[in-house]
Amino acid sequence: MTTEVGSETEVKEKAEESATQSDQSEKATEAESQEVASAEGEEKETEKEKEKEKEKEKEGKGISRYLPWLKKQKSQSQTSPTKEVTPTEEAISTVKQEEEGPAPEVNGHAEEVEEKEAAKSEQVKEKEAESHSNASADTEPAKEEKVDESPDKSAEETKETTEGEGVHEDKKEQEGEVQGEGEGGEEGQTSIFQSPLRLVRKTKMKLVVCRVTQMDGADFTCEVEKRAKGQYLFFKVCEHLNLLEKDYFGLSYIDSHEQKCWLDPTKEIKRQIRSNNWQFSFNVKFYPPDPSLLTEDITRYLLCLQLREDVASGRLPCSFVTHALLGSYTLQAEFGDHEPDQPQPLDYISQVTFAPNQNKEMEEKILELHKSHRGMTPAQADAQFLENAKKLSMYGVDLHHAKDSEGVDIMLGVCANGLLVYKDRLRINRFAWPKILKISYKRNNFYIKIRPGETEQFESTVGFKLQNHRSAKRLWKVCVENHSFFRLNAPEPPTKARFLTLGSKFRYSGRTQAQTRVASSLIDRPAPNFERTSSKRISRSLDGAPVISITDTAENGREPHLELHSDSKVEEVDLSPGDVEATSAQSPLRVHGDNIYVRHSNLMLEDHDKTQDEVLKHQASISQLKRSFMEAPPPSPPQLNQWEKRLTSSPATTIRVQQQQVTGEVEIEETVVVKEVSKATKPGLVTVTVTSSSPDGLSGDKETREQEVKVEEKVVVTVETKAVKQESISSESESEEEAEYHPNVSVSISHTQIPEEDEEEGKIEEDKTTEQDMSAPYVASHPAEIVQLAEEISRGVEESRKEDTEAAKKKIAVMEKEGVKETEESTDDPMMTSDEALNGLTPTGEAVTGLEEEEEPKVNGQASLVEPDQPRPQVICCSEPPVVKTEMVTISDTFAAQKTEIATKEVPIVHTETKTITYEAAQLDGNGDGEPGVLMTAQTITSESLCTTTTTHITKTLKGGLSETRIEKRIVITGDCDIDHDQALAQAIKEAKEQHPDMSVTRVVVHKETELAEEED
Amino acid sequence: MAGLMAGFARYTHAVVRGIPTSLAADALRSSRSDVDLAKARAEHEAYVAVLRTELGLDVVELAADESLPDCVFVEDAAVVCGDTALVTRPGAESRRGETEAMKGALKDLNLNIVEMTDENATLDGGDVLFTGREFFVGLSKRTNQRGAEILADAFKDYAVSTVPMLEALHLKSFCSMGGPGLIIIGSSEPAQKALKIMQQMSDHRYDKLTVPDDLAANCIYVNLPNKGHVLLHCTAEEFPESTKVFEKLKDYTLIPVSNMEKVKLDGALTCCSVLINKKGNN
Repeated sequence: MTTEVGSETEVKEKAEESATQSDQSEKATEAESQEVASAEGEEKETEKEKEKEKEKEKEGKGISRYLPWLKKQKSQSQTSPTKEVTPTEEAISTVKQEEEGPAPEVNGHAEEVEEKEAAKSEQVKEKEAESHSNASADTEPAKEEKVDESPDKSAEETKETTEGEGVHEDKKEQEGEVQGEGEGGEEGQTSIFQSPLRLVRKTKMKLVVCRVTQMDGADFTCEVEKRAKGQYLFFKVCEHLNLLEKDYFGLSYIDSHEQKCWLDPTKEIKRQIRSNNWQFSFNVKFYPPDPSLLTEDITRYLLCLQLREDVASGRLPCSFVTHALLGSYTLQAEFGDHEPDQPQPLDYISQVTFAPNQNKEMEEKILELHKSHRGMTPAQADAQFLENAKKLSMYGVDLHHAKDSEGVDIMLGVCANGLLVYKDRLRINRFAWPKILKISYKRNNFYIKIRPGETEQFESTVGFKLQNHRSAKRLWKVCVENHSFFRLNAPEPPTKARFLTLGSKFRYSGRTQAQTRVASSLIDRPAPNFERTSSKRISRSLDGAPVISITDTAENGREPHLELHSDSKVEEVDLSPGDVEATSAQSPLRVHGDNIYVRHSNLMLEDHDKTQDEVLKHQASISQLKRSFMEAPPPSPPQLNQWEKRLTSSPATTIRVQQQQVTGEVEIEETVVVKEVSKATKPGLVTVTVTSSSPDGLSGDKETREQEVKVEEKVVVTVETKAVKQESISSESESEEEAEYHPNVSVSISHTQIPEEDEEEGKIEEDKTTEQDMSAPYVASHPAEIVQLAEEISRGVEESRKEDTEAAKKKIAVMEKEGVKETEESTDDPMMTSDEALNGLTPTGEAVTGLEEEEEPKVNGQASLVEPDQPRPQVICCSEPPVVKTEMVTISDTFAAQKTEIATKEVPIVHTETKTITYEAAQLDGNGDGEPGVLMTAQTITSESLCTTTTTHITKTLKGGLSETRIEKRIVITGDCDIDHDQALAQAIKEAKEQHPDMSVTRVVVHKETELAEEED
Repeated sequence: MAGLMAGFARYTHAVVRGIPTSLAADALRSSRSDVDLAKARAEHEAYVAVLRTELGLDVVELAADESLPDCVFVEDAAVVCGDTALVTRPGAESRRGETEAMKGALKDLNLNIVEMTDENATLDGGDVLFTGREFFVGLSKRTNQRGAEILADAFKDYAVSTVPMLEALHLKSFCSMGGPGLIIIGSSEPAQKALKIMQQMSDHRYDKLTVPDDLAANCIYVNLPNKGHVLLHCTAEEFPESTKVFEKLKDYTLIPVSNMEKVKLDGALTCCSVLINKKGNN
């Protein structure tokens, strides 16, 4: 009874099945006696309707998810007024049965129906009833209308299409196909997988003929609705091929730039191909590293076909000997044992392409080797072929042209293990997946962020130049998919979590290798029969007179020449009950949790060690930390790296969790100062204000990011940094210019160093990355919640903003950092100081006060004040000379008793440096930041830990009805050592950007107050 | 045929070459040292004897050529893998002539000969480490990128990764294979660095055996049908500490081979022979 849909996949599969079933039954009906069927159908219908009504009453609302499916069924039935009803219903029942009971029954059912055994039909009815109950009320209205409703139907269908759930589409499309191909001599069940034909449907969607070139060179033609999604076609092809382990495969097409692209199963075909050329090819998309682990021979056979082609075309280079060896296995698989009495075997050999530079010598060698394979079955020969092919160094490597940072031509190879870099034929670098923290692209640049090695303190980002934006994106997608497929247990959900994210949200949507392995381990059908079509090809090339007969134990010795085309109407496959069974068994599979297949590379192990190191480090005293940081090269903030390392090395699950983890490890104290920078009196106070605003017009094209960093020290220095970037954000991910992907599911916490190229872009990227990280590390005790809160709030804001399509500005964060001690260098050279500064932060740490959780209204007040002069709040900060005494007071409040020490120390301090650095986006003005607006909302969230973060959200309405949200974040970091403003800044920016990717950082102010204490370490 | 990449370190033949008198005076060396010609010859004879008797290889002995003082170090003249032999273009100009005789010998063994004709390419066999699954090529003073590319072209089945060399003469000056998936590596910083690079570049996992002395890390590993793992390594006399490490290898037949004179000319154990497997090749 309980037809519960577990996952999308399941739904899909069910849909498939049901479709199949319905086909089956329909066919049966046709084949047998239509009249009877129709009669029965009518009867049933009436009954059904009654039942439906009952059910309706029973279940107020059914499983909405089933709706589309049911609708489809219905529509299908509608297609052929007389008889359809019955079949459809049956289909449903069958499906149900599949789920609930033993598969064989299903078939039985179909047959029974055919035979019209009264008793059985009754059963069927009952089942139908059940299914209906499941189906829920929603379905009913539609069904009731059935009789007359062709128009309705079409309308519905359109709706469904728009709904865009693959499942629905599948169904529908199948119908569509039915329409197109309907008829044909069906052999009952036999045809299920092979030819999709059946009912002629009267309602029309626009149908398009798709041509899919299979790996054996044959064309498969089928009609799909114009708005069909990729997966519909893909499933169609798999069905045709009788392929269950389909996750290794995909459909590709040639785009308008002559580039081969993978058809995204989740998107409409039409939108992807962007042309009228509905021509695809069916290929291996993910080369299984160990083909022997595949479950079915047919899968291995298809993989062989792909590899033969790869080898023959030179895409998969191999030596003469290997060519010969692989060729000999091909011969054995296709032609069986070498027959010595066969005349001129070379004749047919030369018909087959084994290698790009095939010659007589090679063919002789192939023959010679072929002789040695005597007795080998085709399946064994295939397996041998694969065993050898998989060892080739370029096996499964997808190459992309690129240039390195110096403009040197290289190739980037994506494979199961990671990313390979080739110069000519030489491998010059390799980045294993575990080594990669982030993959992103921006325009025609492709970046990977690398986890630091054992000896390195910082992660680095490596950039490559692709030919153009499209190729950069294509490469990025391939990376995302390969990583997901080979390294994840389950596909990463699309990036819904992050609202208004810039760039593509593309994620791999299929099953991962781990999942597909589990799924295929449950395949329980007798080995399907399949034709080795390349032998077919050969025979054709030999004037259709196949000289050689296949001796294939596994293959029932079917004669190749009997088969004409893949799309021929003759069904070659026997669909035994077992098949159905298998299908049903397979469908409900879902993989949870555990690592089923994890490949560890050397690097990974190294990382592991490293992690331990890090842990140790962590446990080590703060001073040690400090030391290590000081040793570290200046450019990027070291602490973050360490966090990140740890994070990434542990298979973190969700971002939030990670954040928590991060938090735990952070040893920095945060104090939330709700107030303006100027007030931060304490010596060694660094305030970083990050204001981000993202004015989104309707077009939402421009993003301005401004960063202001103010550093207050005894000496107040203001530095303004402006990073302005313009980016076009298009609604469709396809056209987006950038995207990023964090292979390790981790939040990247550290500073990104972006290699040369565009400075601007680099910065932006960096910012983005940073956002989340920032928040994470700083929140100490209740981090997760706070962060969540913040996110939610901001999200809310965002949404409202979205709806209105208004521009929003967010001021993100004021960061205040307190460093009790300052290093001499710090003032002048931020970079240098940064390391130390961070260290310094640590010790003070715990002083953090209860400010944390307060989400302060008062802040709002403050915020509102700030807003009017949005762009320049920091200036104020800067100008303010630190009032030492006042600050002291504040601090003491903020910091618990623990701080007393510090306070004491600080008192004597005479020399104070205040530094304020403000970074402003150059385009700030252009964005109309200056425009006064009406304050709509203002919220402040304060979180506390080592650092204190105050976040203020301000939404106001600007002229033109646009609303603007500003998030202001203030972070106070206190430490008795030196604080690195640069790092603080970087962190603040990062954080801001990550948290609010859609917003731009308009201003960052770092206010740093340092006591030039006599007492130096 | 067992198939691709089967039978690592199974050899049937070896090509060696005699020591010319000119060796003592004219052979290239990185440090000034006097070589005792007689000792060197005796050493080499012992070495060849081990190949012949202990390993049971068919040893092809090429005559020494006085005009080629370094000719005894045949490894640099050719890289043989499977039934393909790449005749190199040695980085030291004075050694280019060494390849002639080598080519002839390899041809006689019915190997597929690939010649490095590109004048921009240089490659010393000593920079080439074949692990059984892939090649690593040290980019040194003697070997350049182009040379490595040609090698990659000659052995298409395998990944060829480059390893920048900073100090040592050759890649194999501080490492060699000690078994299937086992890399013997010196403990110097350049050696360790190179190992890191190799590990990073590889899709495969290797165990490592670290020995205190870089030079001791150059061994000859052979997998003999009747003896199993056989390792020719330095003598305790030369590198006592490293020798102790080798002695910990289980299930190995260890054969210490003296190399005291040739090492003065930067000649390690692998340098003095080219090992070939003719059996597996159809």
